[in-house]
Amino acid sequence: MSGLHDAGRRRFLKVFGTATGALIVGLPAFADTPDALLGQNLFRLNPYLRIEPDGTTVIGVRDPEVGQGIRTAEARILAEELDADWNKAVVVPLDLGVSTVNGEPHWTFGHQMASGSTSVPAAWNDLRGVGAAARELLLRAASERWKTAPANLHTSHGEVIAADGRKLGYGELAEAASKLKPAATPPKPKLPSQYVLIGQDAGDVDARDIVTGRQHFAIDEWFGDTLVAVIARCPYPGGKLAHLDDTAALKLKGVEKILTIPAPDPVRPLGTQQLAAGVAVLATDTWTALRGIEKLDIRWQPGERVVLDDSALAQAAVATLAGDPTKAVRTDGDFKETQKRAPHRFKAEYRIATVAHSELEPPNALVKVDDRSATIIAPVQNPRATLETVRRLTGLAPDKIEVQLPRAGGGFGRLLETDYVAEAVMLAKAASKPLKLMWTRADAFAVDTYRPFSVHQLEACADRKRKLTGWAHRSASTSRLADREPRARWWLSEMHPDDLPAGLVDNLQYAWYALDSALPRGNYRASSHAVNAFATECFIDEIAHELKIDALKFRLALLGEPRKLPYRGHGGPELDTGRLAWVLKLAADAIGWNKPHTHGHGFGLACHFTFGGYVAHAVEMSMEGNRLVIHDTVCAADLGRVINPLGARAALVGATLDAFSTALRQRITIKDGRVVQHGFKDYPLATMAQVPHAVRVILVPSQENPAGAFSMGFPSAAPALANAIFAGTTVRVRQLPIWPELMRLL
Amino acid sequence: MPQAPQTPPARITPQPIREGIDVTVNDRHYRHTGDPDLPLLWYLRDTLRLTGSKYGCDDKSCGACSVLVDGKLKRACGLAMHAVAGKRITTIEGLQDEDGKLHPVQQAWVDEDAILCGYCQAGQIMAAVDLLARKPKPSDADIDGIGNLCRCGSYPRIRRAIQRAAQAMQDKSK
Repeated sequence: MSGLHDAGRRRFLKVFGTATGALIVGLPAFADTPDALLGQNLFRLNPYLRIEPDGTTVIGVRDPEVGQGIRTAEARILAEELDADWNKAVVVPLDLGVSTVNGEPHWTFGHQMASGSTSVPAAWNDLRGVGAAARELLLRAASERWKTAPANLHTSHGEVIAADGRKLGYGELAEAASKLKPAATPPKPKLPSQYVLIGQDAGDVDARDIVTGRQHFAIDEWFGDTLVAVIARCPYPGGKLAHLDDTAALKLKGVEKILTIPAPDPVRPLGTQQLAAGVAVLATDTWTALRGIEKLDIRWQPGERVVLDDSALAQAAVATLAGDPTKAVRTDGDFKETQKRAPHRFKAEYRIATVAHSELEPPNALVKVDDRSATIIAPVQNPRATLETVRRLTGLAPDKIEVQLPRAGGGFGRLLETDYVAEAVMLAKAASKPLKLMWTRADAFAVDTYRPFSVHQLEACADRKRKLTGWAHRSASTSRLADREPRARWWLSEMHPDDLPAGLVDNLQYAWYALDSALPRGNYRASSHAVNAFATECFIDEIAHELKIDALKFRLALLGEPRKLPYRGHGGPELDTGRLAWVLKLAADAIGWNKPHTHGHGFGLACHFTFGGYVAHAVEMSMEGNRLVIHDTVCAADLGRVINPLGARAALVGATLDAFSTALRQRITIKDGRVVQHGFKDYPLATMAQVPHAVRVILVPSQENPAGAFSMGFPSAAPALANAIFAGTTVRVRQLPIWPELMRLL
Repeated sequence: MPQAPQTPPARITPQPIREGIDVTVNDRHYRHTGDPDLPLLWYLRDTLRLTGSKYGCDDKSCGACSVLVDGKLKRACGLAMHAVAGKRITTIEGLQDEDGKLHPVQQAWVDEDAILCGYCQAGQIMAAVDLLARKPKPSDADIDGIGNLCRCGSYPRIRRAIQRAAQAMQDKSK
């Protein structure tokens, strides 16, 4: 591959340490070397692969890594189809791929986003072809070298092998292969029976750098001569600056500039999310900026819109739920009429607290911007939205904006917003210097896009045979999409019309009621799935109990014969009830559902279909004095084909524990129009001592397309725990967080 | 050449000696001449550019900035430079031996794939190194004593990694 080694044509981005300790140079900029790189990409513009003469296989991963293991999974998909030697693979993150066409961005790498567990399904759809195309080139190069038909050759572990046993390493063929034209018809991807990497465990490709402290997250990056900015933030959502005296702060050695960020309205169109009013201290280093903040004499004024706390919102919700819905999400049959005539009727109300993202790496952004170009290094889940935000603030052409995608210290939906990037760009422009914006932990709690509060009123009825004949779920919440146009779409983030038990119960109503609050909100792990699954799965458990039917039998009967129901939302187009029933049964069997239970131990089940993944949880708990002990937790999952079981297990265990942690104790409260919580001391994340020692994961072998993994383990964990608590204590907790309510009721 | 004065001046003002705080970080000596109240975390991250110790909070509640000070586990965000004067500090970057071989705890983390987002892991590893120095055979309750936060839920793998490292260190010392 002569082009590859033509230094004049490549732009070196970075030097990377490999897993074996060798150093190699990072990917060249793609626009400079489109034909020098091996392999066809989506739009014939950008490569994901490069093979060095020594066989080193550099694989570029396009989606942001936020702890979901995408760098490993995506590279394995590509390496599989390439038949690469995994030991020679070096995985590097790609920047956002963009060119400018008629002044507009043209996305050159396809899917680049960490949201809704979509990265792996997208990679499955289009990166297998990239690997297969590259392999075909190598095969053809070998066939020309040996003057034999490609059909007489095969590949394995980074080598082309002839029928007589002769071998050529990919590194030896790379140059010749790079000069060939890609095949007119794309080669077929492998048969699953040929897989050697997919379905096998692989450790995280960044593991060594992480355990040695060498892995750079965005917060660890610097440019030369960079100012650090910290912002004193208006604690009132929608509020503004009332008074500022920055004399003392400006006298501090090292403080270079103090700039105000105006109240939301004027900058609202700038990002995906309204900015909070603030006063930024720009200093030579973080500590000086933090001290500068303390020296500001500053007063804030609340905004005009009321920020309701959860109890005021609950009152508003109950009043709202008595009226007409904002959106009739789904209506099957006639629920009211069926209920009137039914011998068994059920009713319950569930309340879900507002929660914060609390990802460990707070929002931050390193920005360099001038009249000609901009470079952004920030933890982001939505690189395209990041670019659009920068574009609106700078007026730069899309291809002049470089968005790097460093590993992020958790995201959970917070980093789909770009407010912190917008702040950094505005400040860097005003300061005419590279700038690193740091958010403090208190900032991250005060200015979040919270998972909104919601109230769920559920009603159901059953016939004489104790079969469910009617179901109504009415939910009131402040939409995650609220304040973002168009208004007609607000319900979409709150209720999915095809979520179960829709399709299982003949007379069914789903309805959504809008609440209003100035508290910003946004996406949060599994979004409304987590919230709705809690209400639905707890209610099913309540009904089974009242009907005196074993909860597993009741659920399996409700799911009925395995069949495919239409599912219009993300994860569709179909929902297979048989796959959900199977994971439920696996989880129940593993926990010993049908075996004698230890006296005083409560067992609970729940299941949910999320983004194309089928997951069930089974929990065994008991109360030991005032302590909740989780003795056993099983998470059974059918995620379609699993690329990296080790990574999928980590995601499922992590989601389960995160769900327990969130459901038991986390709550954002509002007092005097502002968020009360400042840090982990008043917003407790579960510690090692507070979580089970293990979560047993059962992965169902599947030939279906992969569904991803990150969010799926979250929604059914909390209701399974709440159902176990009921079984173990007879106390039915209908609120999140569970713990304060449980202590009140016990 | 300036002309030498005929007689000594009546008074010679001594040049100030640059005062500072001496610290040893990963076996290298440094002198901090700035604000004595500067938290060690920002000295490591902003001055020395040792960014393995992470910022996660300001009140010692998350543990992402955990380091060893004279062998004892400390959270660097709440530790002023004047409090570490003359002390030996070990960060995540200083755990490998001279040949670059991973510390048994680091190796155990790789072997158990205790990563997820990875942001808290440097602090978790430092806490584990400290635990194993105090308790070579830690019980589950000992491991529960590690209060470093992880939102991703990597705790079960961390627990296994600590047990694996304990075993490896015992095998080595035999």
